[in-house]
Amino acid sequence: MQHSENKLLQVKAMKVHFPISLGIVGRKKILYIKAVDGVSFDLAVGETLGLVGESGCGKSTTARGVLQLYRPTEGQVFFQGEDLCQEKGEALRRKRQSMQMIFQDPYASLNPRMTVKDIIDEPMRVHGIPENKKERLERVLELMKVVGLNPTDVHRYPHEFSGGQRQRIGIARALSVRPEFIVCDEPVSALDVSIQAQVINLLEDLREQFNLTYLFISHDLSVVKHISHRVAVMYLGVMVELAEKNELFAKPLHPYTQALLSSIPIPDPAVENQRTSIALEGEIPSPIFPPPGCRFHPRCKRRKKICSESAPSWKEVAPGHFVACHLVGN
Amino acid sequence: METAQTDKKPILDVDGLDVKFFLRDGTLNAVRDISFALYPGESLGVVGESGCGKSVTFLSVMRLIQVPPGKIQATTLRFDGTDLLKLTEKEMQQIRGNRISMVFQDPMTSLNPVLTIGKQMKEVIKLHLKLKEPELEDRCIELLTKVGISEPKMRLGSYPHQLSGGLRQRVMIAIALSCNPTILLADEPTTALDVTIQDQILRLIRSLAKDLGAATVLITHNFGAVAGTTDRIMVMYAGKIVESTSTPDLFKEPLHPYTRGLLKSIPRVDKEAQEKLFSIAGAPPDLMRELVKGCAFIARCPVGDDYCFHHLPPMVENRPGHFVSCWKVSHAA
Repeated sequence: MQHSENKLLQVKAMKVHFPISLGIVGRKKILYIKAVDGVSFDLAVGETLGLVGESGCGKSTTARGVLQLYRPTEGQVFFQGEDLCQEKGEALRRKRQSMQMIFQDPYASLNPRMTVKDIIDEPMRVHGIPENKKERLERVLELMKVVGLNPTDVHRYPHEFSGGQRQRIGIARALSVRPEFIVCDEPVSALDVSIQAQVINLLEDLREQFNLTYLFISHDLSVVKHISHRVAVMYLGVMVELAEKNELFAKPLHPYTQALLSSIPIPDPAVENQRTSIALEGEIPSPIFPPPGCRFHPRCKRRKKICSESAPSWKEVAPGHFVACHLVGN
Repeated sequence: METAQTDKKPILDVDGLDVKFFLRDGTLNAVRDISFALYPGESLGVVGESGCGKSVTFLSVMRLIQVPPGKIQATTLRFDGTDLLKLTEKEMQQIRGNRISMVFQDPMTSLNPVLTIGKQMKEVIKLHLKLKEPELEDRCIELLTKVGISEPKMRLGSYPHQLSGGLRQRVMIAIALSCNPTILLADEPTTALDVTIQDQILRLIRSLAKDLGAATVLITHNFGAVAGTTDRIMVMYAGKIVESTSTPDLFKEPLHPYTRGLLKSIPRVDKEAQEKLFSIAGAPPDLMRELVKGCAFIARCPVGDDYCFHHLPPMVENRPGHFVSCWKVSHAA
């Protein structure tokens, strides 16, 4: 993806910290969970950026920070040129119309007491577009067709649908207010293999049809490789590598990315039996007390003295290929 | 690993297994008249989507299905010569956890949160192997070391919440292996874990089972997980086995349209991304409702016809060791 002027989103050194207080009396000791600790990236119009990493690395928090569902502690989030972190109230609410989200669990993210019509209609009602009730119903029916649902099912309830169909309802809901940017937070993880492919294809079609921009979060690297243009890898609240997808999968530079990619099982015994995976030592450290220097250094096989002393900077080692590692690019 | 299936007697012999659940809303036929065998020391992968009956099949073997509402029927359900359906609950307990043991999907909910790791391990070993302290503790430490847990002595005093998901699953494996089982059943053992841990756990299960000479059954929806760690694979769909063959053969030449479709629909990291993913249209049938008389896959099948709709395809040995249940394939060959 070329880096042109039409950047939809620019995130600069965003941090999201959650305070935790210890002790019953006085609630004295305030510590911070540094869920996201300084990430920077941008997204061009029509692009899909894949965000990968293990559970607890801050992928979802990053996305929610961008959407201002958690207000970032520090940093800036420019959406269409305006810093969302400075916006609030009505102004922010109006911005939200162009930023929607698709959730992981199609069972938990749909209100069981609302019909499909009410679910898809709700965002339009909230934002008052279109104001006319009849027009909104027409749009609901049209959206159902777009996402591959049968419009005659409009008065049914979520429990009458399968997992894949429910995810389609969630997608129709996100599309209803004609957003430009959609965060897809593990949209296919809860679905069965044969259904996953259907939903992935649908998301790709919709992107082309409506010129959408996706931030696509997943722990499944095969899915991310398929759907994204560029891929960013996160570890313990920071980004460690970001590159065009084929480049990242072919030439991963960060030791963590290398370990992560080597551990993906391949559905082909001939390839699988040849695969050697790099085992990581130890466990992911706590985001309350992240290790000094490079956050990955306690588990890195190639660590040097400098790795525990200073945090590596985020540098562009090849056009569009960013990495944060002392061992790379010097 | 070579499994010469003809000259060995199966350790688990299942014929005509049928499992129904009688529920308020109707009868759910979760497993529909399936037959298979598991041979000593072999590693079998069972692949299918949720609701295809893969877990219920093996929960029935363990007799862990609640009866009622469940009902297990089989012509044969024999483990090492014993008819499992004829055993009393007490006799079954002698086998469960001892000779056939199980590792579950979610290591958080399958360990008791208020008991230490040591206590939970000792409970099993005491019951089946009748060991006493200090041998009991030695055995626990030995097992934890085997599954790759550092400082095993200290870990015995830990509670499940103090361990990460990967460590908890290692503890579950240690418990499952504690009585040197003949069969180790692993039901989605890595689904709740991160990619980097998944791989380690799968390899651990396989290598430990190999050392013990135990047969393993890996139940999963992930074709990647079974590719490197099994000898043979059974693919299930809507309560039926649709294809069964050696692992290399299944990936090289899948015969059933469902298996072919599934394998094509998985995005792969080792290949250049295609423009469009292949996808199987529709969704699996609802087993609560009346199924068609013929093949359950017919509604989604690209090659099926009217004949498939009305006639149930039998399991046919298409090539030596490669069984498939499809009219289109069996007739073509």
